[in-house]
Formats: sequence, C-alpha cells, structure tokens
Amino acid sequence: MRNLWIFISRYNAFFLFIIFFTIGIYLTVKNNSYQRSVTLNSTNEIVGTAYERLNVFKRYLNLGMVNDSLAAENAKLKSQLLGLTTVDTAKDVRVVDTVTNQDYTYLAAKVVKNSITLRNNIMTINKGTVDGIQSGMAVIAPQKGVVGFIRDVSAHLATIQSLLHKDTRISVTLKKNNALGSLVWGDGNFDIKKAFIKEVPNHIKMYVGDTVVTSGFASFPAGILVGKITKPNVATNDNFLSGELNLFTDFSTLQYVYVVKNKKAEEQKALESLAKPNE
Amino acid sequence: MNSRIIIVNVIRWFLLLFVQIFLLKNMGFYDLSTPFIYVLFLLLLPFGIPNILLYVLAFATGLTLDAFYDTMGVHATACVVLAFVRILFISISLNRDAIDDPEPSLSYMGFQWFSLYAFLCVIAHHLVLFFLETFRLTEIGYTLMRCGLSCIFTLLIILLVEFIFYRRTPR
Repeated sequence: MRNLWIFISRYNAFFLFIIFFTIGIYLTVKNNSYQRSVTLNSTNEIVGTAYERLNVFKRYLNLGMVNDSLAAENAKLKSQLLGLTTVDTAKDVRVVDTVTNQDYTYLAAKVVKNSITLRNNIMTINKGTVDGIQSGMAVIAPQKGVVGFIRDVSAHLATIQSLLHKDTRISVTLKKNNALGSLVWGDGNFDIKKAFIKEVPNHIKMYVGDTVVTSGFASFPAGILVGKITKPNVATNDNFLSGELNLFTDFSTLQYVYVVKNKKAEEQKALESLAKPNE
Repeated sequence: MNSRIIIVNVIRWFLLLFVQIFLLKNMGFYDLSTPFIYVLFLLLLPFGIPNILLYVLAFATGLTLDAFYDTMGVHATACVVLAFVRILFISISLNRDAIDDPEPSLSYMGFQWFSLYAFLCVIAHHLVLFFLETFRLTEIGYTLMRCGLSCIFTLLIILLVEFIFYRRTPR
C-alpha cells in the first residue's frame, strides 16, 4: 500500500492529468449536442445490432399481443381494400390516393430499440438506405397515430426522432374544420400519452373530443389520426390557442411502424425551395 | 515576493482573458486561423507551482473560456493537456534543483528554450482543441490545417507579447 502511494505521488502529474482529462472529455460529450450526436452515430451500428439480437428473444414474449394487433389491423385493412387500388409486392404496399392524387407507399419496419423515458427520445428501426429510407420521412404507427420522422439512416438501420422529442413539430389540423396547428410534446408535460396542439388561430373553437389529424402539408399524408382533444382552448400569451390532446399512439408498446414514402417529396421540396422567403 | 507573483498572475489572467474574449474571439482568417493567446497565462505560471494547482488553474481557465465560447469542456480539456505537456517538458529540459528563475518567460529563459517550450505547449493545446471541436476523423485534413495555421498565429502573438514585455535581466 505504501509503495502504491509512493508510486502515485511520484507520477502525480500523470494521474492528475488522467483525472482532469476525463472530466474535460465527459463535459464535452455531455454538454455538446454535436459531439453527442456524433458519438452516438459512430456507435449506432454496433448498438443497433446488439439491440436487434436482444429483440429476437424479446419478440417471443410479446408474440401474443403483437398477433392480436396484427390481426385487428388485417381485418381493418381488408375492409378498406375494396375502396383502394393496391398492388401487393413483397415489401412495399402501394396506395393510390384517388382524392388528392398523391402517391404514398408504406414500408413496415420493426422497432429494434424504443425509448420513452427521456426528454428527447430516439427509436431505431431495422430498415435503412437499402430499403429506400431517407432522412426526413414520416413514420406512423400501425393502427392509428403518428410516431415521428426518420433522423439518421445507415445501410440496414435507421433512427426515428419520435414525437417525444423537443425538436419534433408535426403539422396537424382539427378534423371538423381543418383549422391548422402544430403538434408538439413536452413543455412541462412528460406523459407519453399526452401532447399539445399549438398555434391554432384564436377564432377557432375547440371542444373536448375533437379529433386531430395530420394536415398533409409536410411529410405526413393528410388525415392520419393523431389524437383526441382533452383540454381545449388553453390561452397562451401570444395570439394563438393551444390544446391538450390524448395521443392514439401508444409509444410504450410500439413494435412495428410504417415508414411513409412520398413519391413527390423531392419534387415538392425542389419546387418550394424556388420561392425564397422574405422576398 | 510571493504576494507579488500572485497579483501579477491574477492581473495577467484577467488581461489575457479579456483580450481573448473581447478582441481575438472576433478575429480569424477565413475560419482557418484563430489565435488563442490566453494559453500564455498557463505558460507563464511560476516554476514552483504544485502540479495539482497547475491542473486546477488550467481547468478553471479552460472552463471560463468555454463559458464564453459555448463549447463546454473543449477548452478545459485542451488546457489540461497543455498543463501536462508543460510539466513533462520542464521536467525533461531543466534540472529541477537548479531552477532559480521565478517563471518560464522569454526574459529569464532565453529565446531558444522559450520558443520550443511555447511551440510544444501550444501545438498540444491546439491539436486537442480542434479535434475535440470537430470530433470526427473524416475532416482530418481541414482540421490539421486549421490547427497548424492557428498555432503559427498564436505563437507569433505570444512571442510578440513576450518581446514587448521583455525585461533585460541578468541570467
């Protein structure tokens, strides 16, 4: 023991260096979102694979519940089938939206890592660039409800910035009168079943039980069910109304999600970038 | 004597950080070369300083800079590395018992020793600083170029300051 102390005090410069250097690196990675996202990115492949392995076992435990939900969804889809033209391929289900003539395809993906306990939650799914997934695509839940946006994509995996994230805003409308608002989560509420609709114009009347759907102006197709209003007409100190709503998506049991590919996304983005803001 | 050293160092700390934060922070050539003159404070701390105090001062100085640069921990880590290089270089290049100069400045140590000392410390500091800031190896060429050019700039200013405050003392 005494020899150890002598050793440490002789090379105290080195040991102190190690201590302070570790603190410095820890601070850097902890407080700097850029470094944090990079460190997560570089390890994501490994982490994702590990979770995928783990998930193989975990899947069996939830098999019954997943089966039930898939069966329910199948039944629903079958009932809708008559009204839609579908081309069934192995992977993509092509839905021709005859009303607005937009062309969305839905790609089912399995959630390999879910996260609901953090302020900013990121999920991982088992489809990547090989399956045509790009950053920014919308992700919806199997039965009803929105999930989030694709954030980073690797060859076989992708991360989703879920709705439960401070940067996620989804353009939504009230179903009955198409009043526009944006869906956010957080702001003192960390219940994963609740979110807020914000920036609704002041003259709109919201009532308990009003359905909120996606507007279709961004990556999400129009009319995806989001939730039901539980606390309407919360006045904020700006010129807009807010409301609290119960989400249809159950983030805690999410196992499969659908990634929405919009065939005209790039065309729309290119066209809209022509119009310069503040012109 | 002792209190004089402390006062001089405190004034130096405030002066260098003031210049760094309010003047040099806004300077830079094409985002490639940015001087970090505040490391001069760490370079000029007296020889007799205990290692732990040197590390604490380096870390605190770095954290202060971080607060103004919004880069939590980056400068602190770089300063700690600088302190380590400083201790190593002084213990290798000088005989510990024979040190009777108060501080490792240009006036006491001569141009050759001081420039090598400043060069090694500054390059270690800048390497850590820029690599932590970029945090990826794919832009290594750009990072190294920024690091090298900034080193030259910082060293130039450090030598300039040292020559301005040069005191002709008997060696």
